[in-house]
Amino acid sequence: MVDGLDRMGVPLVFERSVPGARTAMLPPLDVPEALPDDALLRAEPLPLPELAEGEVSRHYSALERRAFGVNNGFYPLGSCTMKYNPKLNEEMAALPGFTDIHPLQPVHTIQGCLAVMSRLDAILREITGMDAVSLQPAAGAHGEFAGVMMIKAYHERGGDGASRAKMIVPDSAHGTNPASAAMNGYTVVTIPSGADGCVDIAALRQAVGPDTAGLMLTNPNTLGLFDPNVAEITRIVHGAGGLCYYDGANLNAIMGITRPGDMGFDVAHLNLHKTFSTPHGGGGPGGAALCCKAFLSGYLPKPMVADSDGALSLDDDRPLSVGKVGAFYGNFLVCVRALCYLLSLGGDGVALAASNAVLNANYLMRKLASPDDIAYWDGDSPRARAHEFVLSMKKMKSETGVSALDLAKGLLDKGIHPPTMYFPLIVDEALMFEPTETESRATLDAAAEAFLDMVRQARDDPESLRAAPRSTPVRRPDEVRAARNPILRYQG
Amino acid sequence: MSSYIPNPQAVQQDMLRFIGLSDISGLYSGIPDALRRAPPSLPDGMGELEVRRVVSGMAARNTIFPSVLRGAGAYRHYIPAVVKAVASKETFLTAYTPYQAEVSQGVLQAIFEYQTGVCALTGMDVSNASAYDGASAAAEAAAMCRDRKRSRTLIASTVNPRTIAAVAAYSRAAGTPLTILPAEKGLLDLDALRRAVGPDVASVIVQSPNYYGLIEDWRASADICHGAGVKLIAACNPIALALYKTPGERGADVAVGEGQPLGMPLSFGGPYLGFMACAKGLTRQMPGRIVGETLDADGRRCYVLTLQAREQHIRREKASSSVCSNEALCALTASAYMAAMGPHGMRQAAEQCHAKARYAADALAEAGFALRYASPFFHEFLTECPADPDALMSRLEGEGILGGLPTDGGILWCVTEMNERGEIDRAAAICGEVRRHG
Repeated sequence: MVDGLDRMGVPLVFERSVPGARTAMLPPLDVPEALPDDALLRAEPLPLPELAEGEVSRHYSALERRAFGVNNGFYPLGSCTMKYNPKLNEEMAALPGFTDIHPLQPVHTIQGCLAVMSRLDAILREITGMDAVSLQPAAGAHGEFAGVMMIKAYHERGGDGASRAKMIVPDSAHGTNPASAAMNGYTVVTIPSGADGCVDIAALRQAVGPDTAGLMLTNPNTLGLFDPNVAEITRIVHGAGGLCYYDGANLNAIMGITRPGDMGFDVAHLNLHKTFSTPHGGGGPGGAALCCKAFLSGYLPKPMVADSDGALSLDDDRPLSVGKVGAFYGNFLVCVRALCYLLSLGGDGVALAASNAVLNANYLMRKLASPDDIAYWDGDSPRARAHEFVLSMKKMKSETGVSALDLAKGLLDKGIHPPTMYFPLIVDEALMFEPTETESRATLDAAAEAFLDMVRQARDDPESLRAAPRSTPVRRPDEVRAARNPILRYQG
Repeated sequence: MSSYIPNPQAVQQDMLRFIGLSDISGLYSGIPDALRRAPPSLPDGMGELEVRRVVSGMAARNTIFPSVLRGAGAYRHYIPAVVKAVASKETFLTAYTPYQAEVSQGVLQAIFEYQTGVCALTGMDVSNASAYDGASAAAEAAAMCRDRKRSRTLIASTVNPRTIAAVAAYSRAAGTPLTILPAEKGLLDLDALRRAVGPDVASVIVQSPNYYGLIEDWRASADICHGAGVKLIAACNPIALALYKTPGERGADVAVGEGQPLGMPLSFGGPYLGFMACAKGLTRQMPGRIVGETLDADGRRCYVLTLQAREQHIRREKASSSVCSNEALCALTASAYMAAMGPHGMRQAAEQCHAKARYAADALAEAGFALRYASPFFHEFLTECPADPDALMSRLEGEGILGGLPTDGGILWCVTEMNERGEIDRAAAICGEVRRHG
């Protein structure tokens, strides 16, 4: 995966510092010097590294070689939708006409930015079957947090905010769902999944009541299954007076095929950095579109883009709004990329991307179907999956001692980024694969072969897998040590 | 139309046959018919050249101001070329969160260096890997300071109003009270703070330089807070920290701020970077990712995501926040900025901001736009506006100048190292003319 050179480790940028080294960035001061009073000045000079530009540049090239992105190889990280990030979108997001625009410029000087938001907003409404969109949240979990705020504000306005204190979340949900509910002061009620991996309707009926604020659901869920009862689920929650929140993390499976709005959801967030191909940046910036039905549109974060005969403006006069969850209008340049992507795809392309994501997932799942060691949690003849699937390595672990983690580490030696490990929590020794539509059959075939190879190896030579990876710059960092004695910055 | 799908239709058909289906709609047998629909009614997909034309056309409808004298939470600074080169490196751009440490050492080390840089700037012990932006970082900081007994947050009215709005929204969500403290001559009224730090108060947020550009007295605030068991959250500007006393030196418990000035362009408000740092004792209350140093199986120094027992994917509803994806690439950009500028370059940028802002304040005063407040400021200042602000702004706009932000009945100006003396003189001259002749 990396050449021998990189096994030596890269010194910290602070360790490369040479006192006195610098690159001239600014011209001399062209006004009279004026320093603040001594009493206001920091006591010590900034303890930052001193380097010439070439050293800085080389440092980051060295770090880049020790990272792994979508372009370095197959990245089937379940729930993360690691599809190809088109290069045109980067170029468009770097246009000075976007990057050099101050967020507080007069409205007639930002018509292009507002047009980007407004056009993206219209496309997303069509894709989701929702009526209004805010692009303010900076990431999926931020969208969830703001969406739950809207549910809370709605109930408060209806007069039963205090009594509706519970948010229902299935046990297969992403951790962000319960955390976002808790940040809104809700008590989280976790309902178990049924034997079919979907929402247990009886358990849901039992859980709902006059204290229900709402339900948060991912569909297709984290097992890669579309819940066939979704319409009934949203009816049950609505019947109890609750609202339904759609976690759009898995929208890539169904965009252009079916819509959360038609399933009965009231509020939804979409992850621009998953579904709409904006790059993930090693952990952000992401971007979320928070979508809702018309009756909730007043509660969306403010400001909203308003359109008066083509003259666009920012409307801050929204008395029902939950307010601001960020300083400005969201991760605008991420929105530019998402818009480019959606303009490229068009309506047919959106559906085609989804169906190929599903095709690739089911193809890879069938490719991995042979050996006894791999279990689908729903048995030998599993149902068709959506865009991702989950394997359980429980049997292999009990018989060979080789765990899901060992297999994941083995994949690293084969140049493949491992699938998501140990999630969802309801499957033992889980490995969750999401290949996405931008992978070729040849890539899927090679990945399947590599994986099956390792499964055989687990029988023949389990020790070798427990010692994986071998070819990476470092091997199995000691996480317990990191947490017990935290070293969180360079201390010289 | 591009869907970026590498498998031609014939290959798709083969793959369908392999999984026992005859056509692609069979993939969706799990979705009830009533919920399935025709492809969305959107325009046909475009080729790359067409997308380029359409989107470039949108960018062209914005006005780029050659001269910017406006800040108010978003600041135009010089971005070294090497910073842009680093931030656009393909692997950094297209990596996910570094869950697999073995192949993510580059990203993890970059975040560890970022955390070190934020601690250097703020004088605090521990930094996280980033928050969404400065406003939400302040809101998260308020949340991390609350406990069962102390739920109230205090915030100075001199904090950026957008930060106040975000803190208010987050507080309303959590169902915890928020009190806005009054100001006296553009600065937090310390007597009001003294009266407000009751037994239910968890923290107070004080920004310096504040919204009006003025330097607040964090030390006095910290003394009042700590005497009452209250934590001080210092909201700060990262460029100012190269010059001024740090939150750490002034006794703050948490430091937060908008990291955009550290190498990120204005970008119509985002992506930006919330930075968060705290005193050691608060580490386990910190939200978000944190990277720590450890050893690998061969005893080599390496880096991992750590202290994850705080986080949503482990703790679910008991987590310190729901934050998952944050602003990693922006953190990397900030780190590259700090390395490229170095201590000398950052200090120089801060000194130039201050000197040029002083110069501009004098020039504007001479033009009849008097300073409203007398206290020391960094690179922003509020003047009176003895003219119609709309007329003034449009005159400045005609000369390619984005004037200060009309606010509080005056104008909030911002001057950075980017503004040359000539443009300051020109702006001041236009102000004088508009005042005299309308």
